[in-house]
Amino acid sequence: MRASPVQMDTLREQIRRIEAGDRVSRGVLPFGVPDIDDRLPGGGLALGALHEVAGGANGALDGAAAALFAAGILARTHGQILWCCTRRDLFAPALAQAGLHPDRVIYAEAGSEKAILACFEEGLRHGGLAGVVGEVAKLPMTPSRRLQLSAETTGTIGIAIRRWRRQTEAADFGQPTASTTRWRVTALPSSPLLVPGVGRPRWLVELIRARAGECADFEVEACDQEGRIAIPAKLVHRPAEADDGRQRAIA
Amino acid sequence: MGASAPSLDTPLVLIGHQGRRRVVLAADQSARRAGLSVGMPATKAQALVEGLIIYDADPEADSDALRKLAVWMQRHYSPLVTMHHPDGLILDITGVAHLFDGETAMLKEMVRKLAAVGCGARIAAAPSYGAAFACARCIANPIFLLEGTKLAAALDLLPISALRLPAEMVPALKKLGFERIGELNATARAPLALRFGSVIGLRLDQVYGRVTEPFDPIIPPQVPHVRRNFAEPIGAPETIARYVGVLVEQLAALLEVKGLGARKLDLLFFRVDNRIEAIRIGTSRPVRDIKRLTKLLCDKIEGVDPGFGIETMTLTAYVAEPLAYRASTSSLGEAETKDVSGLIDTLSNRIGEGQLYRLTPVESDLPERAVKRVTPMAPATGANWPPHWPRPSRLLDPPEHIETVALLPDHPPAAFTWRGLRRRVARADGPERVFGEWWKAEAEKNAVRDYFQVEDDAGERYWLFRAGDGEDCKTGSQKWFLHGVFA
Repeated sequence: MRASPVQMDTLREQIRRIEAGDRVSRGVLPFGVPDIDDRLPGGGLALGALHEVAGGANGALDGAAAALFAAGILARTHGQILWCCTRRDLFAPALAQAGLHPDRVIYAEAGSEKAILACFEEGLRHGGLAGVVGEVAKLPMTPSRRLQLSAETTGTIGIAIRRWRRQTEAADFGQPTASTTRWRVTALPSSPLLVPGVGRPRWLVELIRARAGECADFEVEACDQEGRIAIPAKLVHRPAEADDGRQRAIA
Repeated sequence: MGASAPSLDTPLVLIGHQGRRRVVLAADQSARRAGLSVGMPATKAQALVEGLIIYDADPEADSDALRKLAVWMQRHYSPLVTMHHPDGLILDITGVAHLFDGETAMLKEMVRKLAAVGCGARIAAAPSYGAAFACARCIANPIFLLEGTKLAAALDLLPISALRLPAEMVPALKKLGFERIGELNATARAPLALRFGSVIGLRLDQVYGRVTEPFDPIIPPQVPHVRRNFAEPIGAPETIARYVGVLVEQLAALLEVKGLGARKLDLLFFRVDNRIEAIRIGTSRPVRDIKRLTKLLCDKIEGVDPGFGIETMTLTAYVAEPLAYRASTSSLGEAETKDVSGLIDTLSNRIGEGQLYRLTPVESDLPERAVKRVTPMAPATGANWPPHWPRPSRLLDPPEHIETVALLPDHPPAAFTWRGLRRRVARADGPERVFGEWWKAEAEKNAVRDYFQVEDDAGERYWLFRAGDGEDCKTGSQKWFLHGVFA
């Protein structure tokens, strides 16, 4: 006998309540792109959870796209952001262009990965911040679980940007962690323009893991000035009816 | 004396009474060059040098000035400072030097800062207080660093006058033929003790670091300060934490009476073996919250070694600022901004004050100068960078040199080699011309950079620039650099 959708939903709700314990659900932060939001449980990126973002190809080393993707997400929250890093190569004007105002971001520069994780956790546990970003190479299971739990108790969104010193170390991204979602952002050739020049940057955003959700990948246009990503309009493959509609409108 | 002070090259001495004689107590450099020395009768000095300027010595004012300097040193360098009258300061810099990038850099900075206010100083760092005292007074270098391994070798050569012995003992020892500390150290102790008492043995042990020396740090005047003595020495971390709480409570009460909040705190642990352990914390805003201060202090307890036990603890708010009560209701409809200063304090005491910052825009076209660090609690300015020009999310500092194939003067490269990998440029945008800031440096007068945003076949975007305008070699080397990576 197949369970009806209503029964399934009730069951899911029950399981969620058992899993959550005394932790309350904090809601979600939608991307504003229906194609992506529909694939995420709850209809968006869960608040009060740990998310992991890594770069693909060379991005695994420089984490440029990953940083901007994280900045775009946090730009759509309200309040102060703590950004923990070991290397001082982040260029703040780029974050500002993704909508993250410089007055909102506090940087913590620590000497070691261990110190980064400690700052990250302290930031999540405080509760007064809108989000915390930590740039780490290694994220073992235990620290990631601590981060996830502290995020759950306060409702602060935590984003771990994974970047490595060598390409070979990037295989570490396959190791299990307690994060709610895991993303990989790779640069794609930019949107084509009619004139010579570089168009709006595009990314291949892969949702590698989502708790209670499915994997997916999207080709998106990079963050705009308010941190929103977008699915590029497929003008070339426009369905034929659309043409008809326009003609009727003119007639 | 300000503007009425005599110029540096006029000889100047201070005179005072030694018994019933009037003698020179201090002479400046030009007076010493003219042949005057400390201890010389005042009349003789006057007869030797024409136009000698004489002032009466004022030991009390000197002592006050020294005390002021000690307080300043305590604020800037180390919680443990004590005065050595009439002309010395002793700082315990254990565990402090790394904040100034090492001991040499710290000593250099001290000398520079003192010179800026017209104080000549000689500073020595050594493993024992006695050795530092001796090196600072007997070695002519303005800064001197004595390693633990070279301690004995260096001390052996220093004169016995550097040993902090009573004044009348030094000539007596010299009469016996002792000139250097090493000679005294190699002699049997018993005959010396019989004649001079135990002080020589004690000083020798102290200078070679064989016994620890008591250290009585100054307490800055009129700052909130609380103290607790223990009948039985304490050592367990939980006990220490409990008494930290008690002290913070007492200090908070003191601060409340004065309407102050603590900005910087020193917690000192006086151990039974005469050593002092110190914790120094800072806050981003004046704080009087007992829970918060206790947490900040207790975070650092694990670095404290109680040894055989702690007999006294003192807590001093050596920087305190006015803190008034404030209504916590916010106006209706306005989003409440959450206070993160507690978090800032915790983090900055953990990773260092300078490691926590915000970045604000500076009006400059040069990307590396467009960003300035400010403290995390600095008021929000609302300023932002101009949004029109593409900026990379990672900036390489310094820019990395690349090999390119490019048409001059205004074409982007067709291909470039960076970190050993050749990339073909598929698309490019530019140039964005940035001129040197001629008002800052002469070398920048003609300097030009042409920035290009390029995209390779795989879609990775880079920020390149050419130093120079591609035509005139006065504007730069015409070499290409990679300055950043776009997302």
